[in-house]
Amino acid sequence: MLGFSWFNADAESPVIIKKIPFADSKGFNSYLSIASDGTITILSPNPELGQNIMTSFPMIVAEELDADWTKVKVLQAALDTKAFDRQLTGGSGAVPHSWKRLRLAGATARNMLMQAAATQWNLPVEECSTSNSKVTHNKSGKQASYGDLAALAATLPVPKDVKLKDRKDFKIIGQAVKNVANKDIVTGKPIFGLDFYREGMLHAMIQRPASFGTKIKSVDSAAAKAMPGIMDVVVFKNNVAVVGKSTWEVIKARKLLEIEYEKDGEIESTAYHNNIFTKLMDSNTPSIKRANGDVATAFSTAAKIVKAEYQCPFLSHAPLEPMNFFAHVRSDGIELVGPTQTPASARNAVGKLLNVPEDKITLEITRLGGGFGRRLKWDYVLEAAELSSLIKAPVKVTWTREDDMTGGSYRPAVRYRFEAALDSNGNMVGYKCRGVGINAGNTTREDNFPSGAVDHLLIESLDHKSAITTGAWRAPTTNFLGFAEQAFLDEVAEAAGKDPIQFRLELLAKARTNPAGPVKYSIDRMETVIKMAAEKSGWGKKPGVFHGFSVYYSHQSYVAQICEVIMQAGKPVVKKIYAVSDCGQVVNLSGACQQVMGGIVDGLGHAMYSKLTFKNGATEQTNFNNYRLIRMKEIPEIETHFVDNGIDPTGLGEPALPPTGGAVANAIFKATGKRLRSQPFIDEEVFKVKT
Amino acid sequence: MPVYKLQINGKQYQADVAADTPLLWVLRDSLGLVGTKFGCGIAQCGACTVHLNGNAVKSCVLPVASVKTAAITTIEGLSTIGDHPLQTAWDEVDVPQCGYCQAGQIMTAAALLNKKPHPSETEIDNAMHGNICRCGAYHRIREAVKLASTKI
Repeated sequence: MLGFSWFNADAESPVIIKKIPFADSKGFNSYLSIASDGTITILSPNPELGQNIMTSFPMIVAEELDADWTKVKVLQAALDTKAFDRQLTGGSGAVPHSWKRLRLAGATARNMLMQAAATQWNLPVEECSTSNSKVTHNKSGKQASYGDLAALAATLPVPKDVKLKDRKDFKIIGQAVKNVANKDIVTGKPIFGLDFYREGMLHAMIQRPASFGTKIKSVDSAAAKAMPGIMDVVVFKNNVAVVGKSTWEVIKARKLLEIEYEKDGEIESTAYHNNIFTKLMDSNTPSIKRANGDVATAFSTAAKIVKAEYQCPFLSHAPLEPMNFFAHVRSDGIELVGPTQTPASARNAVGKLLNVPEDKITLEITRLGGGFGRRLKWDYVLEAAELSSLIKAPVKVTWTREDDMTGGSYRPAVRYRFEAALDSNGNMVGYKCRGVGINAGNTTREDNFPSGAVDHLLIESLDHKSAITTGAWRAPTTNFLGFAEQAFLDEVAEAAGKDPIQFRLELLAKARTNPAGPVKYSIDRMETVIKMAAEKSGWGKKPGVFHGFSVYYSHQSYVAQICEVIMQAGKPVVKKIYAVSDCGQVVNLSGACQQVMGGIVDGLGHAMYSKLTFKNGATEQTNFNNYRLIRMKEIPEIETHFVDNGIDPTGLGEPALPPTGGAVANAIFKATGKRLRSQPFIDEEVFKVKT
Repeated sequence: MPVYKLQINGKQYQADVAADTPLLWVLRDSLGLVGTKFGCGIAQCGACTVHLNGNAVKSCVLPVASVKTAAITTIEGLSTIGDHPLQTAWDEVDVPQCGYCQAGQIMTAAALLNKKPHPSETEIDNAMHGNICRCGAYHRIREAVKLASTKI
């Protein structure tokens, strides 16, 4: 387990993350232990990247434990597949997956503490109750603190059947609780992967091919090796690793490498991708993902047809902490330390690569300076481990921002074509969606709304395999599909002469009463967020205000958004976004608001500003001077609301992102009469300065 | 290599490094002061912000040889026990998500409040423009700066 050193390190040597000894802390289960002074130590197993499960997980345990929250201390757990299940961060799944487990961890410990008190007092446990880290015998008023009871309680058998609280009795869950890591963050404590230092550790940076589809032909490292502070230059796979005593010395030496590359696959450009998209969009051999009814007839007999194409560029994940990892491969085992969303898979891969059994490999998970899906991959962990084994020394591999931005695993570009067939009453009787992607597998979410609400439906996918590496990016596929679909449905509503919200509700009503094939989303939950968003935003009731609507279901949660746009100096400005989220029981109200606001800013920023383009197989953008991210001046006001339905939590790390682009584009249409079909929006006509 | 004597957080430090080493890497690799973060290396993201004689500067592009006798303040030295009004406000407003950019945000805000204790929202946005928060916690950063300005 990692602890935090509260004292400033000796300035002469780098700060080292210390392990805090547990002294007399008594363990009750994988998650929690209690010391005699009443300190409750709760381990947070999942990697923390800003989603704040480091606060919400302990809140759930503390709730069922009936703990005094001020006595709770949270520590990041190391990888431990025996103690924890699904110790990974992705898919907005942590809270949904662990909800019951965490509650049981708290409830069983609470039971054991009550039992210990009852035993000590020789009184029936049924006459006891708990509150705020104390057990009370109700009749007599006798009290004992958890600290006093812990030693005995921890030895008792863990009960099999425990009653969990009714949510009306929640004291901690549902409250706004401050991030447990705030103090460390605002005082600059060494909590991130990049902050890890070990006595004797070497630094390394790796030169990888700038162009995808190429491989090393020759390496001349003489000049680099001769630089001060450099220990070695090591070539392995397509990597040229410069190893030295400090980051800056390594950065300087790496610039002197002379590497020749040669073609090893297709070397692609954005123009090439666009041609592929155009070709595949007319393919006769798509993969059919869903087909209901008879689209051919529906479209040939339609009163009106609406058709539109949408396209997005590649994106970098760009977490502010670039990739990095520490590895020490020794003869007796391997030590891994760093930021990863998938510690178990990373360790497994290292074990396979270096032929070392996993029980000889430890992995300490540091805090992640952002993940967004990039750190789901363990490529950078393998690199560090392989390098350490080659140089037989502990080494931290650091990526510069240029390495990170040119280094792959991108959100790939995709193009969608949507078509809708309307009857003479403005009902959407036919719907087609074809997605053409890159390394995407299925570019669609064929069972998402409006599937089930349209009698004649066809969802198809085509894919181009590229040497450019791609990967999951926050709300994979739906991060752009959500925009394209919601913008298209807005166009269809307009063609049908219907209010966009009314149009959605009519489709949902049809899915409820007369579904066309399976309906794999909750109509109730979708309707609820739509209606609440309309009410909170004053939809249709604010003359002169340009409103755009969208609603999306992803990762088991539902989010509806309404965007307000105003015109300023002839250009649309996003003024405000209302978001209504149904993620089931909200655990930490403060953290939940953060995820909604952050997801919206993420969705808006990328829809508006960000893009990677390719030339000769390499990205043309390499750092934040030419890859634009949204900044403080550019954010709208955001008003968040949560549906209070008390169902088990359904996740919130990603769901607020997909609806954002659509709400914004639809509002911009209302303000300007122009439809946005391509991201980033900043490249579109409506944002160009008129001369 | 030359040995540079540096005044950091009111203490004297020494670093035996090349003249062109950015202060950022001297702080992190040589002196164990890792609160100042690396995000881009070209002064675009603000994660490396420190104070030089009270002014906010991007330490990733500041060669150590040019620091000389200037007084450097890093996040570790903003206060002795983490109770600068900005640090307190950051907790009260519950600002951080991943937290990686926050030291830089706080240092930029601190320099602003030193010069302008009660900035307008526009002045805050302009001053903070050079600090990226990839998690999108901008609303709360702005709110915390405003809150801190009421306590100064």
